[in-house]
Amino acid sequence: MAFYVVQFLTGLASAASLFLVASGLSIIFGVTRIVNFAHGAFYMIGAYVAFTLTERLSGAFGFWGGIVMAAIAVALIGVIVEMVLLRRIYHAPELFQLLATFGLTLMVEDIVVLVWGPDDLVGRRAPGFRGAVDFFGQNIPSYDLFLIVLGPVVLGILWLLFQRTRWGVLVRAATQDRDMVAALGVNQKWLFTSVFAVGVFLAALGGALQIPRDAVHHAMDLRIIVEVFVVVVIGGLGSIVGAFVAAVLVSELNAFGILIFPKISIILVFLVMAVVLIVRPWGLFGRPEAAARKTPGLTVNPWRPLTSNERLAALAALAMAATLPLFAGNYALSVGSEIAIFVIFAVSLHFLMSVGGLASFGHAAYFGLGAYGIAFLAKMAGLPMIVCLLLGPLLGCVGAAVFGFFAVQLSGVYFAMLTLAFAQIVWSIAFQWVSVTGGDNGILGVWPSSWAASPSRFYWLSLGVAALVTVALRIAVFSPFGYALRATRDSPLRSEAIGIDAKRIQWTAFVIAGTTAGIGGALFAYLKGSVFPDNLGISLSVDALVMVLLGGVETVSGAVIGAIVYKALNIWLVSQTDLSKLVLGGFIVVIVVVFPKGIVGMLEMLAQRRSKASPPGSPLLAKPIGSAE
Amino acid sequence: MKLTVEGLNSHYGPAHILFDIGFEVADGEVVALLGRNGAGKSTTFRSIVGLMAQRSGRIVFEGRDVSARPTHEIVRGGLGYVPEERRIFTDLTVDENLEVGRQPKRANAPHWTREKLFALFPNLGEMKNRPGGRMSGGEQQMLTIARTLMGNPSLVLLDEPSEGLSPKIVEQMVDAIRTMKKEGVSIVVSEQNLHFARLISDRAYIIERGRICFGGTMVELDARPDIRDAHLSL
Repeated sequence: MAFYVVQFLTGLASAASLFLVASGLSIIFGVTRIVNFAHGAFYMIGAYVAFTLTERLSGAFGFWGGIVMAAIAVALIGVIVEMVLLRRIYHAPELFQLLATFGLTLMVEDIVVLVWGPDDLVGRRAPGFRGAVDFFGQNIPSYDLFLIVLGPVVLGILWLLFQRTRWGVLVRAATQDRDMVAALGVNQKWLFTSVFAVGVFLAALGGALQIPRDAVHHAMDLRIIVEVFVVVVIGGLGSIVGAFVAAVLVSELNAFGILIFPKISIILVFLVMAVVLIVRPWGLFGRPEAAARKTPGLTVNPWRPLTSNERLAALAALAMAATLPLFAGNYALSVGSEIAIFVIFAVSLHFLMSVGGLASFGHAAYFGLGAYGIAFLAKMAGLPMIVCLLLGPLLGCVGAAVFGFFAVQLSGVYFAMLTLAFAQIVWSIAFQWVSVTGGDNGILGVWPSSWAASPSRFYWLSLGVAALVTVALRIAVFSPFGYALRATRDSPLRSEAIGIDAKRIQWTAFVIAGTTAGIGGALFAYLKGSVFPDNLGISLSVDALVMVLLGGVETVSGAVIGAIVYKALNIWLVSQTDLSKLVLGGFIVVIVVVFPKGIVGMLEMLAQRRSKASPPGSPLLAKPIGSAE
Repeated sequence: MKLTVEGLNSHYGPAHILFDIGFEVADGEVVALLGRNGAGKSTTFRSIVGLMAQRSGRIVFEGRDVSARPTHEIVRGGLGYVPEERRIFTDLTVDENLEVGRQPKRANAPHWTREKLFALFPNLGEMKNRPGGRMSGGEQQMLTIARTLMGNPSLVLLDEPSEGLSPKIVEQMVDAIRTMKKEGVSIVVSEQNLHFARLISDRAYIIERGRICFGGTMVELDARPDIRDAHLSL
């Protein structure tokens, strides 16, 4: 019995940091509507800075002072980030802010390694809390008890801050109606900056307080950000009490899950989140969002099928790409195949995101399922490659059909989080069901048949499939189904009113996107000759998002360009520099600030501006581009 | 002049909404902006306080051109705005709603305190801790005016204060606006209801399809029944 009590207390202690970070994220989202992906990065910097300060400063005052100073210092970094970067992009579509903060996260990951080195750092124990308390023969670290008390104390302070101060009242007012707050004479800029500072302070404090419990390392950010997203979604975005309850719930699930279901402990948390989202989509303490979200497809340039000239240009580009094996070596061909495969992946997500308005944060699940499908068929059933390629993606299709059914019941940020949860569940199964999937060791020796084995043939195969998939999805965009899908994206109510079954249309789109991603994954398995759980991991899902946003979410062909640029740059950078994340992250941030419409969006804008310069027509009515040339 | 608007043009995306709007408000005056639904009254107000992204023209408030200033600066300068949709913070209590509007004292404008406002709108004083979302339409209308007055404005843009209110509440509203005038606040009030406007205003402008088509005293307006019948639905 005592053992379970101790386990419970350990869970409560872990909840403290989780709560600090999650409440910070929640506060920032409430006012600025930014889902701050960099929140994990601020948590990590908080831990690193606190490590340095507590090493340098001596005594009890040095330790506690160091913790607080670290949080303040990181909050100041947050202020700079808000003023220099975020202020420029508050009016950009919400996913762009996510992209920008993701770019920051990448940069931070390299910067901390540069400053503090790649090794784990073990910090000082907290003065006064070094020992352990005996509880019926079980030891409880006294620092854990300190954290258990700290959580509710911080909750109380935050409550007072929001209920009893003018700043808190303004923040709560701005959470509901930012424009009205400005119309009452409040400078929103500083309100936003201060909210961001408080949120980052909480994240950094959460990180700093971890050093007596855990080693500081450069992958802390991704691990916490996923958990924090889960906490915030379960508790309800914008609710601090919700963040507290959910942090406790998640930490206890982790603490007991490992005892009771050691095999599925990772899944447990995501399972709970999925159930909460399905039963109460706005979280336990959140409120249903009434405000209409901005449609990503709302653009000055209406989408249109390609003109015959553009069709020729696309064909010419494809033909040129097909000549690569004539002069390139094996390495270049393998890179080319990989890029083609990622074009398939990005195009499939783009279809869901831009056409359907459904931004999936777990799209890699279907890519990975396609890859595992191939591995099962080729390795276990020993089927020939052509059969495998036709059947393998079906696993992605089935996965998308099951998960998609639940996911399309939600929209916006909650849709994104549910897809993330499903992807994590699939990842956990692949990771932990060792007897079938090989776990972390993956499944090796998945090689293509001889007809496609040579690098040039495999390249042609990948290129051909990528071209086919892109054309097929483009046709779908301009089909009646595509129009119906766009209608559900732009106005769910109106599309229902004209007899479109929105959920069914979105579900179909989800299955199409998942199956297409599965095709990409299938080819990827053959390209690499192996399948690993990483093929359905979060970082791959994020890669896909970045590719789509980089190309331009408001364009039809953005994903193709985005995938080529991102993947090529990524591969090239990794070969050129040890700081590839820093450069890539910086590149993403610059793109978001300078070209908020993505690469293709920017090109379209330039083309439109040029064509508009000659005839002095009304500047307000955008000319259809079709008549431009 | 307290407020001078000249050549004000506004657009919503590709749609041109306001065409060369111009009018003036003298110190301590109550001016009505009359017009039908969709005539451009609310857009005029939104443009003056800088809530319309696409606008051009000159807006001179107390001798300073504020047309390029951000909303919060215009409002802090003493130009208060009460939106038509009321936009009460529903999660905040009456008291907290007032707190959001609070600004420092101003030399050239009456100073409003909570006590003074609760005397002006007695209903509000009885529900200080009630969340804004649980108030009736009339109570919300009073709160939204009181909230703007907390900023101690020298001029208030009042967008359709009588809309959707019961006759009894409208009477209270007339009293409140007269008190505001007596305290020295200049007021521009947009209205569809000529009867209501006549009770409070010194002068009136009529706006139709985004253009000002009449300006004069209430007596002059009464002398032109043709204009009144053409542009206002009674």
